[in-house]
Amino acid sequence: MRVNRRKFLAGTAAIAGAAAFPMPSIAQAKGVKIGLLTVKTGPLAEGGFQMEQGVTTYLKSKNMSLAGHKVELVVADTGGNPAGTKTKAQELVERDHVNFILGPLAAFEMLAISDYVVQNKMPTLCLAGADNLTQRQPNAFLTRASATSSQAMHVMGDYAAKVMGLKKVVCLDSDFAFGYEQQGGFQQVFEDDGGKVVKKIWAPLGAPDFTPFIAQIQGADGVCQGYAGAAPVKFMKQYADVGLKLPVVGGETAGDDALLPRFGDEAIGMINACPYTIDLKNDANDKFKALMQKEYQAVPGFYAASMYVTVQVVEAALRALHGDLSKPAQTVKALRAVSLKETARGPIRFDHLGNVVGDIFVRKIVKEGGKLTNVTQKTYHNVSQFWTYNEAKYLAQPAYSRDYPPVKA
Amino acid sequence: MTATRASLLAALAVLVAVPWWVPGDYYISVCSQILIYAVFALGVDVLIGYAGLVSLGHAGLFGLASYAVAIALASGSGQLGAVALALAVALLGTAAFAALSLRATGIGFIMITLALGQILWGLAYRWVSMTDGDNGVGVAARPMPFGFNLEVASHFYYATLVVFLLALLAAWVFVHSPFGASLAGTRDQPRRMNALGYHVWLIRFYACLFSGLLTAVAGILFVYYTKFISPQTLALTASAEGVLMVISGGSGTLLGPIVGAALVVIVKNVASAYIERWNMLLGAIFVAIVVFMPEGLVPGTTRLVRRAFKLRPNAPAPTGEPAPGEPAP
Repeated sequence: MRVNRRKFLAGTAAIAGAAAFPMPSIAQAKGVKIGLLTVKTGPLAEGGFQMEQGVTTYLKSKNMSLAGHKVELVVADTGGNPAGTKTKAQELVERDHVNFILGPLAAFEMLAISDYVVQNKMPTLCLAGADNLTQRQPNAFLTRASATSSQAMHVMGDYAAKVMGLKKVVCLDSDFAFGYEQQGGFQQVFEDDGGKVVKKIWAPLGAPDFTPFIAQIQGADGVCQGYAGAAPVKFMKQYADVGLKLPVVGGETAGDDALLPRFGDEAIGMINACPYTIDLKNDANDKFKALMQKEYQAVPGFYAASMYVTVQVVEAALRALHGDLSKPAQTVKALRAVSLKETARGPIRFDHLGNVVGDIFVRKIVKEGGKLTNVTQKTYHNVSQFWTYNEAKYLAQPAYSRDYPPVKA
Repeated sequence: MTATRASLLAALAVLVAVPWWVPGDYYISVCSQILIYAVFALGVDVLIGYAGLVSLGHAGLFGLASYAVAIALASGSGQLGAVALALAVALLGTAAFAALSLRATGIGFIMITLALGQILWGLAYRWVSMTDGDNGVGVAARPMPFGFNLEVASHFYYATLVVFLLALLAAWVFVHSPFGASLAGTRDQPRRMNALGYHVWLIRFYACLFSGLLTAVAGILFVYYTKFISPQTLALTASAEGVLMVISGGSGTLLGPIVGAALVVIVKNVASAYIERWNMLLGAIFVAIVVFMPEGLVPGTTRLVRRAFKLRPNAPAPTGEPAPGEPAP
């Protein structure tokens, strides 16, 4: 009995131990307090680490001081699950009394704390897509400097139909809100431009093997994949192993610049649309890339760039408010009024719902000097979350979901 | 006996005074979480400690109750109706759970409960029209029993404390009743109990129902606490955590699961803010418990304290007779 119990305890301890990893909290002097909700454990951790790198890179470059105010950063690991996000949001609000929350990463995490940040009047700047929070169920305390889940995919749908001339596409994505909204955006624009999505295939988040899903691809002249974290690397590898040669298109996570050192040659030729691109030529991006190289010896991608720019937005708002954060509603107003001519992702501003309007870059993965890199093919300027649609009309249609828009027979 | 009563009263006073001695709302919420998980661990302990059945599917039942509340509220039910429905659904679920898994004991029971827990997790994850999949279901507001606003952290703590004390009392009555004794009998000597005319299967079935009831109560408290439920709550790791709470605290005791729940919740939520590798800390604590107190923290501490008293020069010398359960020299 006792031996059994010991064995069992050891086994379950190992399971619990293997499930997750670390979470440092960085605390500096007093002043403005910024809480960062990020993911350091589980299948989304890849992006979570980069989020933190983006935030700390900007803060360090400003000597931990924004617009003359000392900044204290508190980092919390949500574990990539909604209940954990809620607990950590409570920790940031009720224990650490932060002035801003940056993050969280994933749409379902943001949905879990959406009501909570409104009740506590907490200005939140999320990375998460969660379209509806700046659309049909607008969150009055949310500002999003990254992009909605579908923002870049609208562009991808347009490019796939008009420039690449694709006719029939099979979509593959993770089985959660971000995936539904990405593919919904792609499908709507692609079909409005004359293409047709023949099938949408959902793989569970963190799926260890994509082969059974790749095997379902048929009757198409192109593939659209929207996997996030490290999954695109595995997907492209298995896609090539199966012997498929159809062109692959994707969104900001599918061809993330940060994944470039890990992609194999099978990723060459992948077209992807992203609100940030590593080959953007401006001083802000050159500085960002140099800082990331210096601090982390890392190639920055969408997650790091979005958070880097997000902190820049906070800085601009702090300057406009002269550091007065006593009225949260005014703080949100100032955040949404920010308009920056030069950031690492080009010029940005916000619409009245708090979502970013900025450039989206369609890139192609190519090999240059023995290394993979993204090369911009076409830049779409000032893309809003509504693409070219009329806002009222767009909001009148249902939100993109697992079944909307439906695949037409 | 009076010493026990005095320490119980002291413990109760400490619990009631939590909002005064813990710093801030966040920590009051952590205490609420400890009590919620303590109720859950008590439910798991009824099976592990008293029936000798290890379940790796209890997070499924926990989540079943949570989802029932959230979905009932989302479709317009009142708070009382939602709670009643959740209890009914969870009890029915437990009955089905027990009917299937009690076909085996030991490893077989563990595997069947694990599978059933995974099925519930899968349902929560894939039955999108009902559960909204990974996005989860939100709860708009906590109930207001007798006009008592549970949105305030300390109020919610007191509500949780009342439920927790009721659950603890119920568990105490349960294990000290003749039924509890017969349950322990089925754990230690199922064949002999059978020969004596006890219906072993039925006794275990009732124990499962009681365990499921405590688990459901914890699930309902949890969904009101987070005001949100998503499939991760039903995952295997959550079930394993419940089992760990029981084993680290001491199975077959009522205090053990509570101590275990406190340990896990504190390391997960409080220590994680200061210690980068908190998972390793938790793992190291478990390993230390297994090495030094394989019977769990509560029985282990009791043993150490007793031994310390025996070693006192004035204490009566050991009689030389082996204590029950220890092998004769």
